[in-house]
Amino acid sequence: MKRLLIIGAGAAGTMVANRLRRKLDRDEWKVTIVDPVETHYYQPGLLFIPFGMYSKDDVVKPKRDFIPAGVEMIQAAAELVEPDRGRVKLTDGRVLPYDFLVLATGTQIHPEETPGLQGPEWQRSIFDFYTVEGATALAEHLRTWQGGRLVVDVVDNPIKCPVAPLEFIMLADWFFHQRGIRDRVRLTYATPLPGAFTKPIASKHLGGILDAKGIEVVPEFLVEHVDQDTKRLVHYDESELEYDLLVTVPLNKGDELVARSGLGDELAYVPVDIHTFLSKKHDNIFALGDAAALPTSKSGSGAHFSVECFADNFLRYVDGRELLPTYDGHVNCFIESGFGKGLLIDFNYEVEPLPGRYPLPGIGPFALLRQTGMNHWGKMIFRWMYWNILLKGRGLPLPARVSMSGKWHN
Amino acid sequence: MATREIAGKTVQCDEEGYLTDPTEWSEEIAKVIATEEGLEALTEAHWAVIRWCREEAAGKNWSSPTLRQITIGTGVNTKELFALFPKGPAKKVARIAGLGKPEGCV
Repeated sequence: MKRLLIIGAGAAGTMVANRLRRKLDRDEWKVTIVDPVETHYYQPGLLFIPFGMYSKDDVVKPKRDFIPAGVEMIQAAAELVEPDRGRVKLTDGRVLPYDFLVLATGTQIHPEETPGLQGPEWQRSIFDFYTVEGATALAEHLRTWQGGRLVVDVVDNPIKCPVAPLEFIMLADWFFHQRGIRDRVRLTYATPLPGAFTKPIASKHLGGILDAKGIEVVPEFLVEHVDQDTKRLVHYDESELEYDLLVTVPLNKGDELVARSGLGDELAYVPVDIHTFLSKKHDNIFALGDAAALPTSKSGSGAHFSVECFADNFLRYVDGRELLPTYDGHVNCFIESGFGKGLLIDFNYEVEPLPGRYPLPGIGPFALLRQTGMNHWGKMIFRWMYWNILLKGRGLPLPARVSMSGKWHN
Repeated sequence: MATREIAGKTVQCDEEGYLTDPTEWSEEIAKVIATEEGLEALTEAHWAVIRWCREEAAGKNWSSPTLRQITIGTGVNTKELFALFPKGPAKKVARIAGLGKPEGCV
């Protein structure tokens, strides 16, 4: 029996297990997936929790429900990958040998990397919304918050779902309008990038959207530390930003397993071929989803298109044929913009987000780079599609690679 | 696509003077852009950062590394990096190293 071992049963790992279990001969291949956590979080839903649109119950289901029959699931933490011996050690002492290894260990937030973020004010006046604990604590805080200056600060990139902080602040604008206190809230978006929108065409189409909502942008803001006593973010150049309520997107890093095993880059993401996901160091290790060092957005969408490309390629590879450079960096995502509207972007390594229409057989088209109610609706039904179609590795009528159909370009 | 002449070579660039084809870069070009960015001379400490960034970006479709990636990857701490490339180091290094402006997905 050949052994395929998958570390991590989040979006990418679960989709790989489902796709490959169907494709690999059961008499020839044993497939095992390892994850220490019992619960699968629908992570796109965390954004809605602070505003009371979703509760915790709306975003959790047992991981086991999505692992197909014929895949061994081990609920344990991996301690170390030993590529030279072709095995993974678990913290409970078990050792799992593999012929092929898929690292799908994701990315996590690291507030402890920025002095002053954690401490007595953590989850009192400083919150994250990338964890279910952070998002629910923030929901409780926002219910009774009386206004002041709300700063959303991205510590540094790359981050998981890079549009989420923008969505958060646009939803906050809507939320405070609903609560009747928008005139008592100042909204500030601080980013290390040169602007909220940086791609030339998207900037042209969306540049005015934050201004129109009365959201101020502080570009090239690089937080060195947070002073909780005076409620200030302090930049490396010593400039400061005051806040009453800080919503932080802390530094993101790959899993410690990756770092411990010497398989990661400077932020513990696995260097891989950006079109095939094959490790640059080991010819039987792949990294998929947020764990991989890819120059595209870390997202469930990217993981989904990646897994589609990877699954067929993997079958070629184990047959002794070469991997084809199939993944093009494709990601598409709805961006909530508040007041029941949303935007849609579709891009890859080469093609930046363009305006036009995104065709979807039977349902679409959806407008690209334009606020519509339909895009908001698309985002809301996406949760059903995630649990029922995507995670189970079933096909959506979406091409895995970027299609220029419907896009306006010169 | 705009072009400009730097160090005797015609290269493609965007409106802010970032090279759009990183393979057209040379050390001579870097020296000229560094002067435009207000740096007096490129020392070995500058070059170490520039070379690391180019090497890193080459494997990632030429996307510019972020501040954190540079500091961890090179071992140069953030204060030193600000001293080498004042104001916005990530942006400044990207321009001198012939990489695109640091950008997000949208």
